[in-house]
Amino acid sequence: MTTDELIWRIAGGSGDGIDSTSQNFAKALMRSGLDVFTHRHYPSRIRGGHTYVEIRAAGHDVQSRGDGYNFLLALGDSFARNPQDEAYYGNEELKPLSENLDDLNEGGIIVYDEGLLDEDDVAELDLEARAEENGWHVYPVDLRDLAKEHGREVMRNTAGVGVTAGLIGMDLAHIEDLMEDAMSGDVLEANLQILQEAYEMVDEFDTSHDLTVPEGSHETEQALLSGSNAIAYGAIDAGCRFISGYPMTPWTDVFTILSQNFPDMGGVAEQVEDEIAAAALAVGASHAGAKAMSGSSGGGFALMSEPLGLAEMTETPIVLLEAMRAGPSTGMPTKPEQGDLEHVLYTSQGDSSRVVFAPGNVEEAYEQTRIAFEIAYDYQIPAIIVYDQKLSGENTNVDVEFFDREPAPDLGSTLTEDELKEAAHDASGKFERFGYDDNERGVSQRSIPGQQGGRYLATGNEHSPVGHISEDPDNRVFQMERRLEKLEHIRDDLDEGETNQTYVGPDDADYGLITWGSSQGAVFEAVSRLNDEGHSVKAIGVSDMMPLAEDELVEFIESVDEAMVVEMNATAQFRGLIQKELGRYGEKLTSLLKYNGNPFEPAEIVESYEIRLDGGAAEPSAQVRIEPAAGD
Amino acid sequence: MSAFNAIGDDREIDRDEYTPSVEPQPTWCPGCGDFSVLKALKQALPEVGRNPEEVLCVTGIGCSGKLNSYLDSYGFHTIHGRSLPVARAAKLANPGLEVIAAGGDGDGYGIGGNHFIHSARENHDMTYIVFNNEVFGLTKGQTSPTSPKGHKSKTQPSGSAKDPLRPLSMSLTAGSSYVARTAAVNPNQAKEILVEAMEHDGFAHVDFLTQCPTWNKDARQYVPYVDVQESDDYDFDITDRREAAEMMYETESALYEGEVLTGRYYVDEDRPSYQEEKRALGELPDEPVAERYFDDDAEWERSYDLLERHT
Repeated sequence: MTTDELIWRIAGGSGDGIDSTSQNFAKALMRSGLDVFTHRHYPSRIRGGHTYVEIRAAGHDVQSRGDGYNFLLALGDSFARNPQDEAYYGNEELKPLSENLDDLNEGGIIVYDEGLLDEDDVAELDLEARAEENGWHVYPVDLRDLAKEHGREVMRNTAGVGVTAGLIGMDLAHIEDLMEDAMSGDVLEANLQILQEAYEMVDEFDTSHDLTVPEGSHETEQALLSGSNAIAYGAIDAGCRFISGYPMTPWTDVFTILSQNFPDMGGVAEQVEDEIAAAALAVGASHAGAKAMSGSSGGGFALMSEPLGLAEMTETPIVLLEAMRAGPSTGMPTKPEQGDLEHVLYTSQGDSSRVVFAPGNVEEAYEQTRIAFEIAYDYQIPAIIVYDQKLSGENTNVDVEFFDREPAPDLGSTLTEDELKEAAHDASGKFERFGYDDNERGVSQRSIPGQQGGRYLATGNEHSPVGHISEDPDNRVFQMERRLEKLEHIRDDLDEGETNQTYVGPDDADYGLITWGSSQGAVFEAVSRLNDEGHSVKAIGVSDMMPLAEDELVEFIESVDEAMVVEMNATAQFRGLIQKELGRYGEKLTSLLKYNGNPFEPAEIVESYEIRLDGGAAEPSAQVRIEPAAGD
Repeated sequence: MSAFNAIGDDREIDRDEYTPSVEPQPTWCPGCGDFSVLKALKQALPEVGRNPEEVLCVTGIGCSGKLNSYLDSYGFHTIHGRSLPVARAAKLANPGLEVIAAGGDGDGYGIGGNHFIHSARENHDMTYIVFNNEVFGLTKGQTSPTSPKGHKSKTQPSGSAKDPLRPLSMSLTAGSSYVARTAAVNPNQAKEILVEAMEHDGFAHVDFLTQCPTWNKDARQYVPYVDVQESDDYDFDITDRREAAEMMYETESALYEGEVLTGRYYVDEDRPSYQEEKRALGELPDEPVAERYFDDDAEWERSYDLLERHT
């Protein structure tokens, strides 16, 4: 564990204000010149239930959560039910302290609210002995009392932040600025006073730790954003002005952001009766000329299968989001997993023609959402962004200038009325929307209802050039091949442009790690550490899932002795996809899988690599599973 | 300048414009009630002054789903039960379109029932025609949501134990601001009702009794029929929700006793359409979303201008 990093965990109950407090603290650390990365752990409950946010801050680049953490602010759960009883859920009030001890690194700091937490309960944790064993520095503070003295009990958070800042020698200026932006009047005054007093209170402590806030600086202005922010902003800049949806964690974040912004942007947001309707509305809006998006998480996305197939058959451009969470069925609604890859690739009847991207971080989420819209409207095909609860909710700092980009509202291969006059029509005057001619790259021309000279029938049945239902074998073969041909051209376009895949490590490394989506941050950190330790390892983070980045994968796999595919699911879905699409490498690819509801930590990957190199002599931690290559 | 010049194009419309001059010809069985819907629609559209390229006819699946195969306008033949959400969104993206959704009783009252309830509740400005033949026709005669209790079919060999759904009552309760029932055998009334439905600003639901001569011979031709407005036996105020509800209940029950009651059942001219409500909240732009993409001078907002909240 490096000590040039602060990994601060604020733990309380749902409803205790953990989110907003941590958001401001992360922003203050960012403003002080540090790179930050947040990780959020929460239950599927409105009030109560142990929740924490972890903020990792350092003077160097941070791409993932760290290994363990080194500062615990345990507020206690003020919404705990029956805290005195031995209930099924255990002593909830105490959990923000008790549940977080296992991950706390040696030499770490613990601050807990002795105002809320019962002295006897804490005594039962054997905290003193464990602290001695692990070199922890424990500071019980009556945060509640301090909060109540100047304001209200909910301001315990502010007191906790003040104590934190005091203990690690962090200047209060940025925190105060942020409070002034967010509050006013008496509330602001009370919070500022609590913050200051808590900060000064530390002077009286008999401190023994040596952890201090890291130092750093940014050359350019930074913004703190989540993957959901980035996807929503990518959509805005791509000219998306229609979104339809039904609430479901974690997809709701993007839906909320766009619903709040669209009214000021001439856009339309619709919350509808179910996800079948949500996706069908996106299809209808796009058919009528809007750039449209819908989305959901696993179970809701399942309901979108039919409209997704309709969009494929009618060649209606749409962008769908799939924010994965742990399945099957309702699974673990607030926990991340990468278990819906096959679902997204293949759901809906018939041969699918769709594009799927799996961005690996906040910048990629923005970039690939833009690309998804561009391809969808250029090629008249559904494009899907598959991401997860982790990317959705984790915040990290991005250069503000990254977003200084031109909007791209173009409708792609859609004709104007003037262009329609020159286009092919049948004897009735119907426009040949799905024509035998005029289809470069498999893409036919498109009109929009209301345009003169553009009328045609869109249908989910197989259809003739003007859209009439047709079961003619020759027409069928032509239309099917034309629809599928688009994917080859999309692959060519993607290969010609800047790659969506991300690489780390030396080109000539002997061992490869392959990952996709949001697991890349932890994998990349592991690669960096392994190389520092003298190992020869590199990694690729794949985003182009369909059409798959085949050439890049072949080149990567061919260049190493063995590759381990790292993903958050139990059935090695991405490894399966690679082997299916490339038709080989059964004996060259092994898997590292995690599906306990928590994302990978870099150390787990480092350890698994070492076990793999030793020929499986040791067992990995119970939280991950190594699945050997075929024949091993 | 609009990118959609068919919309609002003020010219004389001939009903023949709605008939494709080449194939396909309808594939409905001889004597099918669906012909009457097509005919009534072709008559009604010119009367409301709409030309084929400002009309979007969205259908579901089944015999009724083929309506837009034979109506020469813009069309979207969607999937089973999903015509309404597709149609609603098209109207939101381009409110200048005349949007008509259509489907059968299985499509609208069964598999798409949730969309029906919510479209009515929200009062989208569109017309929804349900071809009600009390049976699943295209799949060969299975019991449908409006089949009478005791209806025997291959999937209900002992006769259906279920009471039929009450489409008019459900429509009223859900929030439709125009509710009517007409029948294929009554072409003049059908045309007039479709004209009223299209001119109505809000969700207009027309339950259209369409006999299925192949699979529902019991229903014969829905004759004799009674127009509740013209008959002296019935007197109720179609703007009064309670009176309308009673008349609907009686009409729905009567159908299964062999009496075919038709006409207008409920009209609420005061309730604003969803489009009006949404516009009043600032959530539906004055300029149609679809227009903007064709406007080369449009200034598009950028996420870059939203970043202050993140710094």
